[in-house]
Amino acid sequence: MKQFYIALLSEFYKSRKTLAFWAAIILPVLICGSITLGFYFNAEKILKSNYPGMILWAQFSGASLNIMGLLILPFYVIFMAFSINNIEHKNDTWKTLFSQPLNKFSIYAAKYAYAVLLIFICLLLFFGITYLSGYLLQSLIPEYTFKDYNPSIILSKFYTRLFFSSLGILSIQFILSLIWSDFLKPMGIGFVGTIMGIITANVQWKYAQYIAYAIPTITLRSAKPKGSNPEDFQIFSNDIYISIAYGVLLFIIGYFILTKKNIK
Amino acid sequence: MNNFAIQTVDLSYNFGSQVIIKDLNLNVPKGSIYGFLGPNGAGKTTTIKILLNLLRTPNDTVFIFGKDINTHRIECLKKMGSLVEQPAIYGHLTGKENLRNRALLLGIRKSKCDELLKLVGLNDAANKKAGKYSLGMKQRLGIALALLSDPDLLLLDEPTNGLDPNGIIEIRNLMIELAEKHQKTILVSSHLLAEIEKTATHIGIINKGALLFQGEVSELRNLNKPALKIETNNNNLSIQILAQKGIEILRKDTGSIYLTYQDKTNIAQINALLVTNGIDVYGIGTENKDLENLFLDITSKN
Repeated sequence: MKQFYIALLSEFYKSRKTLAFWAAIILPVLICGSITLGFYFNAEKILKSNYPGMILWAQFSGASLNIMGLLILPFYVIFMAFSINNIEHKNDTWKTLFSQPLNKFSIYAAKYAYAVLLIFICLLLFFGITYLSGYLLQSLIPEYTFKDYNPSIILSKFYTRLFFSSLGILSIQFILSLIWSDFLKPMGIGFVGTIMGIITANVQWKYAQYIAYAIPTITLRSAKPKGSNPEDFQIFSNDIYISIAYGVLLFIIGYFILTKKNIK
Repeated sequence: MNNFAIQTVDLSYNFGSQVIIKDLNLNVPKGSIYGFLGPNGAGKTTTIKILLNLLRTPNDTVFIFGKDINTHRIECLKKMGSLVEQPAIYGHLTGKENLRNRALLLGIRKSKCDELLKLVGLNDAANKKAGKYSLGMKQRLGIALALLSDPDLLLLDEPTNGLDPNGIIEIRNLMIELAEKHQKTILVSSHLLAEIEKTATHIGIINKGALLFQGEVSELRNLNKPALKIETNNNNLSIQILAQKGIEILRKDTGSIYLTYQDKTNIAQINALLVTNGIDVYGIGTENKDLENLFLDITSKN
């Protein structure tokens, strides 16, 4: 456990000056920031629609959730999985990493956990910034109705689902980037996968949930409330279980690939 | 009690169908500086990677301080520091951060990093990005990284690659100091014998994956037999005459023939033999092969 912890710390130390780390912070700030600015400068137009609190929150948070869930999250995951592995490919440091007196599983698990942690931080910031900037807008433009509804439950449920739905993609991309040192192969496969995912999810193909890349889209679309209460939807539905299963299975397979791999 | 820091037993290794290492029996005594010599592509780096358990080998073929590397991987690696091929360093981190990161992984205090930067002469460049270092500086940082955990056994793969003459001398002195004062065992690979013979106590010569010589430097020197160099008006005819008398011709170049001889009387006999057969002898004399040529001889034979 101690080895895992120091390997995780080392991952942070190594990547703290790279885009993979900063993107986890910049993406939510940039996307939520521009939506907030849009709501600030277009306040008059938006106010004309006279949205009640909950609908206004849905409009406001939906903007970032949709961009994030449909397009940016898969691509961020593809890029980040690449970057975390490429730091070793590029510098030819796999050999030094694996000649340290640390067990291979700790090194591998720490890398994977760090990737999961970055997605978590990114989505947590999306949640936090969306939530806070709603109230900031309320204080700047008192006519807004953000104060009439507390979106914390529904937002946290959405982002939790989005987090779990990304694990399948992450595991696939993580293995691809572990095997190949170049950007084009994992990026190409990830790109095709994402487009396929979006299409199959949108045409509601019945097997779409088995395509890891389709799960974030399905997740956003399928979160239909069961009753009259919009907050009353499940976090753990079938598609989320499939994503987690992909995650666990490929994490284990990745480790076996790594142990069989000769470090050339 | 095993006196070897490194021991391999009939070690073989293939990349697919290509044989890289063949029945290698390395014996590196504790406290020695073991010069691991061979031309490029002889299997030196592959051997070092095997010693670090980066390449998979069967159990009971590689022993580090008497322990099988496969079953005691972490225990063995704790005692080892290494520099394999080009130093593997994170280009986007500074020299100091590279050392800090390694110190973090190994649970070593931060101040040790500064000591090592000083030791390898990178004090002034400590806060410069390692990607911007010259090859020599990268090599020094690589050596600092290898020394960070104060290992008993150092594996250095061509450590003076890219260093200027001063740097080479510094590394040489550092190796001698580490072995003599701190009782470290050092395996240092090189394709240049001249560079190794000044520091090494033991030498192993490898070519095409097979160990051709292993022993102390003095044993290698003993192999170094002097040759007789002769210049004549007809070298081809001379070779025929000498060969008929059973004299071994070592080699021939544009103007001279090199052959084996026993003693001074033997030289006079060879001279007389040629003269009586109508050959004009322009010059005759003995020549000591330097170790470099001996190395070439050994490696070209297999």
